[in-house]
Amino acid sequence: MGYSNFLFLKEELSLIAVMVILLVYDIFGSKKSLNYFHPVACVLFLAHTLLNLFPSEASEAFGGMIINTPMGDIVKTILNVGTLIVLLQARNWLHSEAVLIRRGEFYFILFSTLLGMYFMISSGNFLMFFIGLEMASIPTAVLAAYDKYKHDTAEAGAKYILSAAFASGLSLYGISLIYGTTGTLYFADLPAHIDGSTLQIMAFAFFAVGLFFKISLVPFHLWTADVYQGAPTTVTAYLSVISKGAGAFVLMTILYKVFGNLIDEWRTICYALIVLTITVANLFAIRQQNLKRFLAYSSISQAGYILLGVISGNELGMTSLVYYILVYMISNLAIFGVIGIIEHRTGKITINDYNGLYKTNPRLSFVMMLALFSLAGIPPFAGFFSKFFIFAAAAQEGFYVLVLIACLNTIISLYYYLLVVKAMFINKNDTPIETVHSDAYTRISLVACTIGVIALGLISAIYEQLGTFSFGI
Amino acid sequence: MNFLSLFVLIPVLMLCGLFMTRNMKQIRWICATGSSLLLILAAVLTFMYIGERNAGNTEAMLFTASAVWYAPLNIHYSIGVDGISVAMLLLSSIIVFTGTFTSWKIETMPKEFFLWFCLLSIGVFGFFISTDLFTMFMFYEIALIPMYLLIGVWGTGKKEYAAMKLTLMLMGGSALLLVGILGIYFASGASTMNLLELAEQHIPEVMQRWIFPLTFIGFGVLGALFPFHTWSPDGHASAPTAVSMLHAGVLMKLGGYGCFRVAIFLMPEAAKELSWIFILLTGISVVYGAYSAIVQTDLKYINAYSSVSHCGLVLFAILMYNETAMTGAVMQMLSHGLMTALFFALIGMIYGRTHTRDIREMGGLMKIMPFLAVGYVIAGLASLGLPGLSGFVAEMTIFVGAFQNADVFHRVMTVIACTSIVITAVYILRVVGKLLYGAVVNEHHKQLTDAVWYERFAVIVLIIAIAGIGLAPLWVSDMIHFSVDSLWPF
Repeated sequence: MGYSNFLFLKEELSLIAVMVILLVYDIFGSKKSLNYFHPVACVLFLAHTLLNLFPSEASEAFGGMIINTPMGDIVKTILNVGTLIVLLQARNWLHSEAVLIRRGEFYFILFSTLLGMYFMISSGNFLMFFIGLEMASIPTAVLAAYDKYKHDTAEAGAKYILSAAFASGLSLYGISLIYGTTGTLYFADLPAHIDGSTLQIMAFAFFAVGLFFKISLVPFHLWTADVYQGAPTTVTAYLSVISKGAGAFVLMTILYKVFGNLIDEWRTICYALIVLTITVANLFAIRQQNLKRFLAYSSISQAGYILLGVISGNELGMTSLVYYILVYMISNLAIFGVIGIIEHRTGKITINDYNGLYKTNPRLSFVMMLALFSLAGIPPFAGFFSKFFIFAAAAQEGFYVLVLIACLNTIISLYYYLLVVKAMFINKNDTPIETVHSDAYTRISLVACTIGVIALGLISAIYEQLGTFSFGI
Repeated sequence: MNFLSLFVLIPVLMLCGLFMTRNMKQIRWICATGSSLLLILAAVLTFMYIGERNAGNTEAMLFTASAVWYAPLNIHYSIGVDGISVAMLLLSSIIVFTGTFTSWKIETMPKEFFLWFCLLSIGVFGFFISTDLFTMFMFYEIALIPMYLLIGVWGTGKKEYAAMKLTLMLMGGSALLLVGILGIYFASGASTMNLLELAEQHIPEVMQRWIFPLTFIGFGVLGALFPFHTWSPDGHASAPTAVSMLHAGVLMKLGGYGCFRVAIFLMPEAAKELSWIFILLTGISVVYGAYSAIVQTDLKYINAYSSVSHCGLVLFAILMYNETAMTGAVMQMLSHGLMTALFFALIGMIYGRTHTRDIREMGGLMKIMPFLAVGYVIAGLASLGLPGLSGFVAEMTIFVGAFQNADVFHRVMTVIACTSIVITAVYILRVVGKLLYGAVVNEHHKQLTDAVWYERFAVIVLIIAIAGIGLAPLWVSDMIHFSVDSLWPF
């Protein structure tokens, strides 16, 4: 093994470099210089993102442990962009009194979960995958419990770590069964050994459940609402887009690469999960008052739509899935940006509090409305295009009934998204939320998200670029 | 760049302009200029179109242009017009123009009102110029969503309920449509989204049998197909004046146009096979809508139900499946669009003065506001099909066409649908008699004033258009007939 293998880990290495620099800075920086900690962190991470912006050639390293694909690189870039936006929005919260003393660790922990996702995405072996999964989950529990003196937050952390550990255990059990029936854990060797025996189907089911937990599909979603509500808003944003996006992509690549022979079996499972996830989550979302809980259910139902790209098993499905993740990420982050700043300034988080928001905060409400429309799939915003393409991918394989169910569900989702729009624009309120002045970081992130929501759909180049790197079964 | 794109570009520019406006004067200036430009553009287009046809151009679509948008799914931004879309563009631009003037004095949040109004127009114009299924569907949805806020914020009465109901029902329709569109695309070989090219690819009949109902109902919801019409009375009654005008006048035509352009045009076999179900449903729309209008006391509800009846007639005529009825259907869309816009404009103006729309609380308005009252009489006469106005031409053509079907079922249904003319006369004359003639019910109404300049302007433009079609129908009907003829799969 030559050291040149490490060259293929350049994205991981550059992230580790960022982490180390920030850690050293946090420990040894003078009190005065620490005032610049947040901007420095943002700039370093931006540099890391730009450095790895473009996908590299497909490659294998460490004897097949690491497999880099251009599509994986693109997904990493998407995650980077999302994390950058989350960082920008995190500034207010990180500078609040209770958190300030623990600020430095936040970046380190955040980036180590990201590193875990990188490993998951480029894994070429189930062990590598499992290391990535753990690395992505355990620090996330720390993040969820970051405001540790708040009751809800502590609860969120505990819930997350318990359910994540349980899910990882199931996954690991599945992996051990896979090893038992095939004698290998390398993705490249596995397809030849997968013949659809009962034990393998069971192995697959156990393994997949771990990931289903991660992307919170019904009936593995029970932790989601509580954790989303309890965790600090920044962390909720991160959980709902970055970790879900990575999970969905990894699920898809493993299903395509390793379990291609079991396509009939996992299609059946996915079919049931999609119908359940979309419907149940939508029905629950209607009743929510707390916006973070509301977004939790909305993000569960979005995960169901994401799975439509997986079930198709074709090239179009992969392109649409990655595109969907990108669009969903941008729209959701716009909403979290608005909610985060309002929660930070006024402490208000229920839908009723948002009554009459347009009168006092026209810009914020406008951004939020565009993002909600995008999530609901209304043109000309990006969400319409991503939904259309992911439906097209499923329809190409003949899943018309499934697409019909999903389409009808978009009406339910439109209903609850409109409830928020209604609160902001139509409902009257004697004591509306006062005018909120956002800081420069939040503003940059919101402008970026708004441009994304409008431009990602109308400009077809991104989708077409993604298409050149996709592959089907 | 193709000049048809201006139909989308002008509202987009208006939208950008409105973002920068500071006061009412600038808003009015932008909207008046923009909508006048659109009207001029539509008039120029009509002349150019007729000129091209007279010069012997027999292409199905004129002024076509196409640019690749999403290559992996063969989605193009492709545009083009035939006689039917020219007629619809003309109608839309007249109504956007007059709608702007009826909203001249809007008080609450004028900037936002016109922003949504412009977005609505983008959707409407884009829909009529598109010849690509995806682009068409996108514009269709763009036209639907502004309705929610327009009704919810600026409406009256049960506005929140009505807005939500309308949006969800119409979006439900478009959900069916989306599946239908994907079905059409993949069943026809997944090679093109262009309507004209799709028509040449044959969709297997097994697929047609389920795609046709999906698309027909999907568009039919907007065309007030029974039993999916229930959004229409509530929606129209709660909407502000200009929005009712645009919605009943133009948006409901999107439904009829789509049923023809997509459902019937692309799936003729299934359309023939399954038409009996929808003929029954539209027959119910026509008669039931008219009967419902008789018992209403709210002016807007009367017109909303009358719209259900008249738009039902459009779908009815389309399903009759011959050229004459089809031409009549487009004429009816045009005629109903203009006359219902006139109705809603006048109702809005009357309501703005009397602050009631209940016909029991009003009377003798002819003496108090003669201009508005005369306008109302003209709209009413057009609605009940008086020769010389647009309604007569349209309904005559439809029934003549419908009766050409020789079998008993079609004839019986035609006769039943015909009875709606009589019922229409009942509810129109009832309102006219009670509201305009009769004694003055409320003493306070005696101090009310007649229409002011911008109101008169809007009303006169609409009346000219109605009379223009009624007195000289041939230029329109020839234009439409030619296109129906060239598209028709006989």
